[in-house]
Amino acid sequence: MADNTNSTNEKQQFYRKKHKEEMKHHVLTFAMMIAFTLIAFGLVIAGVSPMFTIPVILILAAVQVLFQLYYFMHMNQEGHEMPALMIYSGIFAAILTVLALSTIVWW
Amino acid sequence: MADDMLKSTNLPQNPERATLEGRNKFMGFWFFLGGETVLFASLFGTYLALKNSTVDGPAANEIFGLELVFLMTIILLTSSLTSVYAMYHMKNNDPKKMQLWLGITVALGLAFLGLEIYEFYHYVHGYHFGYTTSAFSSAFYTLVGFHGAHVAFGLGWIISLMVRNAKRGINLYNAPKFYIASLYWHFIDVVWVFIFTVVYLMGKVG
Amino acid sequence: MSATVKKAGFGATLWEYLTTVDHKKIGILYLVAGMFFFILGGLEAMLIRIQLIKPDNDFISAQFYNEVLTMHGTTMIFLAAMPLIFALMNAVVPLQIGARDVAFPFVNSLGFWLFFFGGVMLNVSWFVTGAPDAGWTAYAPLSIFSEGHGVDFYAIGLQISGFGTLMGGINFIVTIVNMRAPGMTYMRMPLFTWTAFIASVLILFAFPALTVGLFLLTFDRLFGANFFDPSMGGNVIIWEHLFWIFGHPEVYILILPAFGVFSEVVPTFAKKRLFGYSSMVFATVLIAFLGFMVWAHHMFTVGLGPIANSIFAVATMAIAVPTGIKIFNWLFTLWGGSIRLTSPMVFALGFIPTFTIGGMTGVMLGSAAADFQYHDSYFVVAHFHYVIVGGVVLGLFAGIIYWWPKMFGTMLNEKLNHWFFWLFFIGFHLTFFVQHFLGLMGMPRRYWIFLEDQGLDFFNLISTIGAFFMAAGTILFLYNVVVTQAKGVKVSGDPWDARTLEWAIPSPPPFYNFKQEPLVRGLDPLWIEKTEGDGKIKPAEPLGDIHMPNNSFVPFMMSLGLFIAGFGVMFQGSYWILAVIGFAITAGSMLYRSFKDDLGYHVHKEDLEDEKGDGSNG
Repeated sequence: MADNTNSTNEKQQFYRKKHKEEMKHHVLTFAMMIAFTLIAFGLVIAGVSPMFTIPVILILAAVQVLFQLYYFMHMNQEGHEMPALMIYSGIFAAILTVLALSTIVWW
Repeated sequence: MADDMLKSTNLPQNPERATLEGRNKFMGFWFFLGGETVLFASLFGTYLALKNSTVDGPAANEIFGLELVFLMTIILLTSSLTSVYAMYHMKNNDPKKMQLWLGITVALGLAFLGLEIYEFYHYVHGYHFGYTTSAFSSAFYTLVGFHGAHVAFGLGWIISLMVRNAKRGINLYNAPKFYIASLYWHFIDVVWVFIFTVVYLMGKVG
Repeated sequence: MSATVKKAGFGATLWEYLTTVDHKKIGILYLVAGMFFFILGGLEAMLIRIQLIKPDNDFISAQFYNEVLTMHGTTMIFLAAMPLIFALMNAVVPLQIGARDVAFPFVNSLGFWLFFFGGVMLNVSWFVTGAPDAGWTAYAPLSIFSEGHGVDFYAIGLQISGFGTLMGGINFIVTIVNMRAPGMTYMRMPLFTWTAFIASVLILFAFPALTVGLFLLTFDRLFGANFFDPSMGGNVIIWEHLFWIFGHPEVYILILPAFGVFSEVVPTFAKKRLFGYSSMVFATVLIAFLGFMVWAHHMFTVGLGPIANSIFAVATMAIAVPTGIKIFNWLFTLWGGSIRLTSPMVFALGFIPTFTIGGMTGVMLGSAAADFQYHDSYFVVAHFHYVIVGGVVLGLFAGIIYWWPKMFGTMLNEKLNHWFFWLFFIGFHLTFFVQHFLGLMGMPRRYWIFLEDQGLDFFNLISTIGAFFMAAGTILFLYNVVVTQAKGVKVSGDPWDARTLEWAIPSPPPFYNFKQEPLVRGLDPLWIEKTEGDGKIKPAEPLGDIHMPNNSFVPFMMSLGLFIAGFGVMFQGSYWILAVIGFAITAGSMLYRSFKDDLGYHVHKEDLEDEKGDGSNG
């Protein structure tokens, strides 16, 4: 064990560095998410035409969610193949559900 | 082996996935979130189907105030970042800082919940927009309320984790628990992103 | 908990089952509870058939008929078929992939108790204000305006048992993803494990829609919400969509594991490896994928418009393709095999033509234009009984008989099994084949009586006679179970000369399943060792300590809490106190669970060496 301590320490140092690097990305991601939110609210408050606003804010929301999933929830790291598969399957089922309920409800 | 689970030294890089139990929790929770996606999609779909069914009650663009929603959004987004900080310190095996950031997350979550309760109170008493007013009001309160209930549950979860592990370090037994609680918290944020976009912003646009 | 077999008194055994987290015991719990509800649903079916034995019958009242009809459907789908599938999955899947338990033993137990209390809740309604009476689909607005608390019991009871099912589903996905033995790649998994996996994925994505639907129904009925009340702007079609977004994948959740059972039984008793293994896997995945895009074929007559109807009709018919692939693969597996007509095999052979008929009427119903004629007639009743009884129930019985030795260490009497099959099978076709014609003649489903001299009398009589045959068969099966267990003659670990991993260990398996993790060298691992090795599975690790989870009473308490709370929410007023107590019990149990470390315990190497057997997993 005693011999390992040094290499373990080095490893820990390496990890810490790596974590720090990741954290920087996270803060950057956060800044972009805030920016997107500002744009979305700004478009609505400025009263831009709904034909333009609605698709844009939906895309901004989708991108923001991908940031959450891939950076904050670490889906970009290895070992997330099955989670990604299941999340995308869930999104597939979700899109079908929303599509059906917002179009074919026989009004 | 059982003792190793509770040791706080020499943690591997991803302590939340270092044991089979941890990997199971990690996987299982992600899959659960996949199911939650469909749960909220069903609520969103219901809301979209009923958003114009206001009957005699107020409509979306008459009641929503964007200032409050913006504030709530910023608070919840920030709490997502603070929980990332908590996980950063967990991976660095720094339990004190982790607890601190979790504490900040909880405080922001409570602020969000408080504002949401104020918002609902305001709708009910200021606009006579109750749960039973119209199909639209039922759908609105159910969708946003489900999200609020998730926030409340998440707060209870994180607080009980903090209390339980207040006097001990991070180990292979509790690291997965902290990690999936933070996943849950991010997911709450994911849902909110769609709520503020689809319910509030699109409601305001018309 | 010692590693050796112990003789325990009744109290100790009961406590063991109330607290167990062992997948094999939970499998037995699911089996017993599922059979209980199956018999209950069967009795309800008998009441329906007796009422319809002759025109203008007054055996039971119209209201009671509605209740019986609703409870028959609800019980059979949610409380009989689902748990029996979970019984097989629990008993078999961990053994087939070489795991010592499921991924979350505690959650497994919680899933069972939630299901159980949900089922009890539904049936308490018989004694309190009457059972649900709006059909198993509980279409709004009928379900909104149904009087009494019947539909409340439906909504809350199914909600509770639905949580349990969802947990069970996630549990099995994780088990199969994370806990396969060394060498057990995805494409070496037995077909039953594959179908259990895919069915669990379907549970994960289908049940949340039901959860939401049931919440909306509950809120409408109990808290004055307006989702399904058109006068307040509500829309009843939302319920239909949510119900069938869940409901259609649900039928695949039921049938896929049955397909899996037959894919185990047919190769074993044809003594050939499964024909087209990879196409079987592909077909399973494809059925699941398509299964999510066809739900609106239940709603053709709603008036969704020709475009929507056409899309869903085409998607529906497309499912016949992967299903056909499966049917042909079974036939080709049989071709040239040295077939042994054991009772599971006879069930499989009975299943193939029966299910094919059900599939064909399914394609007929799937063509939207023709469906306007068939809709809500006995043709539909005949169709879904052909796929659910002819597919799921035959599959479940084949599976129960096939894995009975593995679960209990005894062998059901083969002669009685054959008698059971023939009574049940002939009875089934007598009951339901004629219903196709009743439907085409215009007899609507769900009606309390029919009029005489409309050409419906004779076929209804035949149908009722058939039902009695099915009942007789089921009674014979129960008799067989009792006699077999009373005699208690033990059998070997591999009484069928089978192919997969679960047959490499003793029957019933020790509580840790595998002494050493097995090494899997290919598809049908045991058969490979029988033909190329010494017939014993090689271990993948040296003998070591085995980590086991602790028993827990907490799942029972959590479920009990929700059960009690359900009554409070339902009756309100001064009964709110029940909700407070119930939720407090559940929340308290959850807190207790999170505040007490549960690290499990270890079975030590030395104790394992004392165990009988040669240490080779055999």
